[in-house]
Amino acid sequence: MTQKTTSEDFGCRTPSGPAFPMAPKGSQDGCGCSGGSGPSCCGGPGQDDRSGPHEKPGYTLNGFVEDFADTPAGSVPRVRTRLSACDLSRHAAARMGIARSSHRVTPGLYCVGKAGAESPVLVTANYSLSFDALRKELSGIAAWILVLDTRGVNVWCAAGKKTFSTGEVVLQVQQTRLETVVSHKRLVLPQLGAVGVNAHAVKKGCGFEVLWGPVRAADIPAFLKNGMKCTRPMRRVRFSLLDRLVLIPVEVSIMARPAAIVALLLFLLSGIGPGVFSFSASWHRGLMLVTSLALGILAGAVVTPALLPYIPGAAFSKKGALTGIAAALAAVLLHAGTATFAELFALAVVAAAFSSYLAMNFTGATPFTSPSGVEKEMRAALPFQGGALLTALLVWIGAAF
Amino acid sequence: MDDFKYIPGVSTLKLDDALCVGCGDCETVCPHGVLVVRERKAIVVGRDACMECGACMTNCPAGAISLNPGVGCAAYILLGWLGLEDKVKACS
Repeated sequence: MTQKTTSEDFGCRTPSGPAFPMAPKGSQDGCGCSGGSGPSCCGGPGQDDRSGPHEKPGYTLNGFVEDFADTPAGSVPRVRTRLSACDLSRHAAARMGIARSSHRVTPGLYCVGKAGAESPVLVTANYSLSFDALRKELSGIAAWILVLDTRGVNVWCAAGKKTFSTGEVVLQVQQTRLETVVSHKRLVLPQLGAVGVNAHAVKKGCGFEVLWGPVRAADIPAFLKNGMKCTRPMRRVRFSLLDRLVLIPVEVSIMARPAAIVALLLFLLSGIGPGVFSFSASWHRGLMLVTSLALGILAGAVVTPALLPYIPGAAFSKKGALTGIAAALAAVLLHAGTATFAELFALAVVAAAFSSYLAMNFTGATPFTSPSGVEKEMRAALPFQGGALLTALLVWIGAAF
Repeated sequence: MDDFKYIPGVSTLKLDDALCVGCGDCETVCPHGVLVVRERKAIVVGRDACMECGACMTNCPAGAISLNPGVGCAAYILLGWLGLEDKVKACS
């Protein structure tokens, strides 16, 4: 098994482990010595602060584990249903694109509340945000949580990549010896897992029947109360303003490196002139061009996602072209005093072209674009975006002579 | 998702009425309400809302549904055209 970083690397350990020693009752100055004869007071951990029976050499206990439940299949961790500050800071890191592949929990069986043989089994992915999104909705509920090994990827994407799959469900059911833990034969799967899981095949593979639960974990309590039935809104995907806004930081962080490379190229191109290459021109002219890039990023990767349903046009490249017009105007207004007419044209077109391209790029973060549709708009838009950019850059270089 | 309309007339979704047994699994798993069962047969009521995720096709016990599944992601498609789709880092 290869060494993988886990969310533990963010330093979130269970507070009762040896990493956070607590003074035992009745001791002085936080250590077990009583003064007088005996070992001198060192201010270290008390003698009663031994490692617990569930801590194993080479393993760190997750902070979300409350205690352990005894089952016929062995000890099963009972997890908290409230997220800690540690969990939330990990979410923030994930949403900002920091250490993306490290946000995972160990696959297998967990539980919440006083889970028993009759309690439902809720299946999820081992992406820590998926796991946390589920458990935080389960306060007051007794249930088993079966975590699939989706390599740290969320349910829907993993289903598409076939890691949240029929085979993986069957594997985890068998590996956790689930049939010894529960007396029923039902698994509740998130609806979006259906892309990768054939319910009938799961039944054939491990004898458990798949019930399709709601799209959102927040609807699970109502689903369970309602006799495992979903209402129609529970079965529909939404894309609210908040849903769109939380995607912006990670999308921008993913484009940080390519944008830096493009910026470097824009600086270099800006230095081309009568004296072959001028560092001064590269800097001063380059700044103007990179500002256009920044305006294009703002229009295409921030404003367009935020205002998505309000911007006319079905194709995202069209929406980005419209916000790109605003970016182009801003570029012109910013440099109207310092740039020539030709240069202003180039600055405007560069801003609009990047806006259109980056808006088109947002299709990958939305829950409603079809690949056929995206391909169609790419075939139409890329020549325009590329051609416009090329023209603008040629004009820009030419304007230096 | 009622307010979100993407490019119409492109979905590769195909439903073979003769094979359909009216089980309703497709209606259950579709995240956009594309398919509904009426009078013991599934029909397509929202073809332009289809995002070709493939959940219906994966779960149809009768093999009545076909489509070209995939992800509506411009970056991934572009990498595919360049033969670099295994270089995807952002969502692997």
